[in-house]
Amino acid sequence: MKLGDAVLKVRSKNAGPFWVTIDIFCDRPEIFARVRDTLGNREVAALYNVPEATLKRFDIEDLRVVKFSLPRPVVQGSAADRDMHGAQYAALLEEHDLA
Amino acid sequence: MPTRVLVPSGVLGLGFDHAALMRGVAMRPDIICIDGGSTDSGPFSLGAGVSKYSRAATKSEWRSLMRARAEAGVPLVIGTAGTCGTDSTVDWMYDITTELAAELGQSLKIARLYSGQPVERIAEAMTAGRIAALPAAPAIALEGLANIVALAGAEQIQAALATGADIVIAGRTTDTATIAALPLSRGDAAGGAWHGAKIAECGALCSTNPTSGVIMVDFDETGFTVEPLADSAACTPHSVSAHMLYENSDPFILYEPGGHLDVTGARYAALDGRRVRVEGSRWLPGPYTVKLEGARVAGYQTTILAILRNAHYAANAQAWVDRLSGFLAREIETRMGLAPADYGLEFRLIGVNGALGPLENRCGDPVEVGVLGIVTARSQAEAAEIGKLINPFVLHYPLTDDEELPTFAFPYSPATTDRGALYEFALNHVMHLDDPMAAFRIEVTQIGAEVPA
Repeated sequence: MKLGDAVLKVRSKNAGPFWVTIDIFCDRPEIFARVRDTLGNREVAALYNVPEATLKRFDIEDLRVVKFSLPRPVVQGSAADRDMHGAQYAALLEEHDLA
Repeated sequence: MPTRVLVPSGVLGLGFDHAALMRGVAMRPDIICIDGGSTDSGPFSLGAGVSKYSRAATKSEWRSLMRARAEAGVPLVIGTAGTCGTDSTVDWMYDITTELAAELGQSLKIARLYSGQPVERIAEAMTAGRIAALPAAPAIALEGLANIVALAGAEQIQAALATGADIVIAGRTTDTATIAALPLSRGDAAGGAWHGAKIAECGALCSTNPTSGVIMVDFDETGFTVEPLADSAACTPHSVSAHMLYENSDPFILYEPGGHLDVTGARYAALDGRRVRVEGSRWLPGPYTVKLEGARVAGYQTTILAILRNAHYAANAQAWVDRLSGFLAREIETRMGLAPADYGLEFRLIGVNGALGPLENRCGDPVEVGVLGIVTARSQAEAAEIGKLINPFVLHYPLTDDEELPTFAFPYSPATTDRGALYEFALNHVMHLDDPMAAFRIEVTQIGAEVPA
């Protein structure tokens, strides 16, 4: 099952020009627990090709949100940037297979 | 002392619900605060020192807010005026304000808060060890920086308000500073002031109807209460607390000049179906630092767009681009004497991996592929020349030597577009200040009225 099919919404956005943050809104407590317990930092870092050590992770039970922040794979607006607002990065997690 | 702050929307230029604004004015706010920008749309605004929003949209919304201010009889504050908050965009906003003051017959005291930083000041601060890098900062290099701004906090807004200004036009500020300034100076809880400011800075984004704009925040000695003013919107504990996720790399900690906010212990409670009460946020004082932003020219660009609709070429777009790129590098070297290190030429395949590039992990069978060629060179003339040189090959280059010359779809003539300067963000640093005003200046003027002799 794709992560995006299990959860309410996956959203990504710049957090300043040098970081991107991705929020997984799980909605239901059992889905939150499943995402929290099965989605590993290593696989998320690999999706975005950043070192695992740079990944910040927040499992927020009250909101049933799993949040990741990472240094942008390319700096916002640099010659190599393809997505000025970083909002399409979410697609990679949305389409990621959930264990 | 309780402080009531009216926030008409998340940014000037995006529109707001006028009935809700009028409702807000009738509730007798102590101040009206709106944000004028952010780095969200990229480095161009800061590099060029211009607003990304149209003057017409800005002026029409500012007219409504200047009327609302006159009716409420309280200060109106805009932070990060003109998208980037350079001195030039503060003056642009000031021009609009003086035009409107004349049109509306208003007599006003205006305080302009300038956040622009001369490069010499930053160089001196570096030498003195007063600049520190934030995580993921680029190496600091001050050569060629087009504009540098420092993000003002509450203290600088308070200084501008202390002039008795009717309107404060501030250059770059933190998203929260304009909203937090008055509650802080009136002794409301610091944790609540910064937290409430963060919740309200995007307008109704913290409510169930994000596009309705108008928000009211009541600050006091133990926290804050937030209420959306459009009929269609409600704040819930979930919508309010979830807003701390938005564009924040850490949803619990927010750094500001002079300390940081920690909302780990915040409690969110519904007062009724539309208002939320928040208490328990903490402010932890720290060294007085202001964040710096800068942009520099990283080249000049010309683009070209071709569409491959032929099935053979659409299916083999990457192979075509690889072959074309090798050929063009040789042509550019032979005809213009430019080595690959002298310029950039990149083709992006729209329909294949246009948004994600090498991170893309899906492949499909696209009906057509848009090939976006981006030339980056040392001058616009050089970029345009490379664009013209590659133009016929982007139109006609074959996938193999033994096939007929194809002709792809160019959507317009000329096929190339000169984009002007490419700017890049060049700073992600903080600067230590002994006096919050040391890197900022305020100018006060009286406009619009005949001053009695």
